[in-house]
Amino acid sequence: MKRFLSFSLVLTMIMVILAACGTQTGGTSKTTVTIVSSLPRTGSSKGQTDTIVNAIKMRLEEDKYAACNGNVEIKYEDLDDATAAKGAWDETKEAENANAAAGNKDVMVYIGTFNSGAAKIAIPLLNKAGIVMISPANTYPGLTKEGKGAEGEPAVYYPNGTRNYTRVVPADDLQGAAAGNWAKELGVTNVYILDDTELYGKGIADVFAATAEANGIKIAGRDSIDSKASDYKALMSKIAATNPDLIYFGGITQSNAGQLVKDMRAAGMTADKVKFMGPDGIYEQAFIDAAGADNAEGVYATFGGVPPSKLEGKGAEWYNAYKAKFNAEPEAYAAYGYDSTNVALAAINKSCDSINRETILKNVFATKDFDGVLGKWGFDASGDTTLTQMSGQQIKNGAFEFIQVLK
Amino acid sequence: MAASQTPSSPQAAPLVPREPFLTKRRAFSIVGLIIFLGFFAIPIYQTILLEMWDSPRQLTQQIVIGLTKGTYIAVIALGYTLVYGILELINFAHGDLFMIGAFLALIFISLFGLDPKTSSGITIFFSLIGILGLVMVCTALMNAGIERFAYRPLRNAPRLAPLISAIGMSFVLQNVGIFLGDGLIWDKLAAGLGSDAIGRVADAMGTQSVAPKNIPDLLPNGQVFFIPDSLKYTYKDLLVAVVSLGLLAGLYSFVRFTKLGKAIRATAQDRDAARLMGINADRTISVTFLIGGALGGAAGMIVGLYNGTALFSMGFTAGLLSFTAAVLGGIGNILGSALGGLLIGLILALSDQYIGTRWSNAVIFAILVLILLFRPTGLLGQEGGQKA
Repeated sequence: MKRFLSFSLVLTMIMVILAACGTQTGGTSKTTVTIVSSLPRTGSSKGQTDTIVNAIKMRLEEDKYAACNGNVEIKYEDLDDATAAKGAWDETKEAENANAAAGNKDVMVYIGTFNSGAAKIAIPLLNKAGIVMISPANTYPGLTKEGKGAEGEPAVYYPNGTRNYTRVVPADDLQGAAAGNWAKELGVTNVYILDDTELYGKGIADVFAATAEANGIKIAGRDSIDSKASDYKALMSKIAATNPDLIYFGGITQSNAGQLVKDMRAAGMTADKVKFMGPDGIYEQAFIDAAGADNAEGVYATFGGVPPSKLEGKGAEWYNAYKAKFNAEPEAYAAYGYDSTNVALAAINKSCDSINRETILKNVFATKDFDGVLGKWGFDASGDTTLTQMSGQQIKNGAFEFIQVLK
Repeated sequence: MAASQTPSSPQAAPLVPREPFLTKRRAFSIVGLIIFLGFFAIPIYQTILLEMWDSPRQLTQQIVIGLTKGTYIAVIALGYTLVYGILELINFAHGDLFMIGAFLALIFISLFGLDPKTSSGITIFFSLIGILGLVMVCTALMNAGIERFAYRPLRNAPRLAPLISAIGMSFVLQNVGIFLGDGLIWDKLAAGLGSDAIGRVADAMGTQSVAPKNIPDLLPNGQVFFIPDSLKYTYKDLLVAVVSLGLLAGLYSFVRFTKLGKAIRATAQDRDAARLMGINADRTISVTFLIGGALGGAAGMIVGLYNGTALFSMGFTAGLLSFTAAVLGGIGNILGSALGGLLIGLILALSDQYIGTRWSNAVIFAILVLILLFRPTGLLGQEGGQKA
């Protein structure tokens, strides 16, 4: 037994040494650009981020991991900003990823983050390093827009004064407003608003509240929930006493949205009496799984774009290609991951003469009238997408179904 | 008779001189409390009291919700109190054992293929009783195993060592929860054994091991017939309260009236003296952990069915609340823990209604601090007195 152990130890050592040699001899004089993505790859966001990473890899494979006529080699690293213990993104992990990217001189594009709170941490770190960020999913307005977030935003995120952050999805000030208008269209007169106290959730609930009020919808009450609580029976009893016809929850599945809906139904607020609406943070299969299909039935969700299956032109082609390649439906943000990679590659191809962080950053920001899978779009000076199309969906027969385009 | 007047008669001076009631420190805290109540709290109280007066129906509703929640917090709190009473160890793993109870319940429910839509009421009723028994046996054995391998070797080590060991066990159990919640593993197992039942477990767990799991709604949801419709009280609530109170009463009478219970009380009071009297202390401690584990598992199943969710981190949240309940009521005292649990449930519900959900945890701990300030041993706790 002992001999076997030492034998296998020696064997593994030899293998490790061989493997190390292998990577060393493989190096060539080609310029290398590393694209990293930092997304929550553990926890219940994994379903979403799996399809984003699939889309990123799909786009890179189309160009055979190369740019500038083969003179630049593209490498891709899939970083995880979540921990298993938390089941969601984690501050220290995100900072670790951003610092690792800043420290590696080959990293020139940072695709991420998924959660707006994580972006708050990553942007300043990458800003100092001059690395461009392209987020496929952040929607908190304060990251780019002045006067739409807290005081001092967004300047606090850009310590060296130049912008380095772009996003392919429209921000929440648009999505919250679209939800407020949709509620009016659905005939809502009395709404109870909840949020999860997080940057994304509270921000979107604030915008929703303002729009709903402007639309003449009565606000029955406003509460922030403790997203770690085991149940919300008392809260739901309080809400039921105010007789709302809609509960709006600004938050994500991981903030216990499923439990909220469960306890709401248990408190007698059934789908035919009281509607439940949330932002794109609950627009995923994980939400239906957490709430249970019976409870989730009839829930409304807005999304800062259109679902993959409703894309047109190039988007429809991409959707079919994705389904053929991975044999699965892409989740909502996959197309955004694909177009993030798309503009990154376009910017690298425009920077062939001087491949460095600065030129690529400049060229990403210069994206105008880009013909991607999301339509014709570009970035404005603050790094926001020019796309404004939104959509509303409802859970029917245990799955999200596209209802209408929102404005 | 002169001989009966021994020096140890009640008239003898106590060993420690009695402190006057109004010490300087007490005076300070009383003045502080008065300032707090007068300037900050009374305006808040006023609006809350007015709101309560406005809608007595809502107040009753929240009291009912709070007390129902309180009963199951009390059951979890008992696990802490039992172990603390006998070993003076805070068994941090207890909350996670509760979580394992919820997961085991979900696994058994899926294995038996119970479904609120297709299974008949009688099947569900008897299966659930059977599952409750199975879950309790499993968690009881687990808890006794934890005691045997993680705490007993450290029985005579410094107090901190078993505490750290308990925290370690808590993490181990959390990871067991993540493992049990991994549908992919169950999937492989189902494919390997060709078993439909295990396939159902895989479906129930989903693909994300750390995501919340949905437990089917097996408890009856109808309004209890003798309660007027204006007050929502379902058979589900009633069942949770009855089972929890049953467990509490059962445990209390077990410790109070049986021989083994007497042994537990004796070991709690003084382990060495109990040994001298011929009590097998190790066995008694094992029995205590068996009972504590069974209670934790039962609570996990009850809460899992009641809230409809199993999540690997649910033990931490519930454990924190229950431990607070145990301290509030007087840790080591069974009735105290039950009282603490009911109080915490009540405070949580009332705070959700009248102050705001996000403040509920702060309110609980503020009240805990206030009570410990005046009664450091908790509401019913006695220093060095009767424990367990």
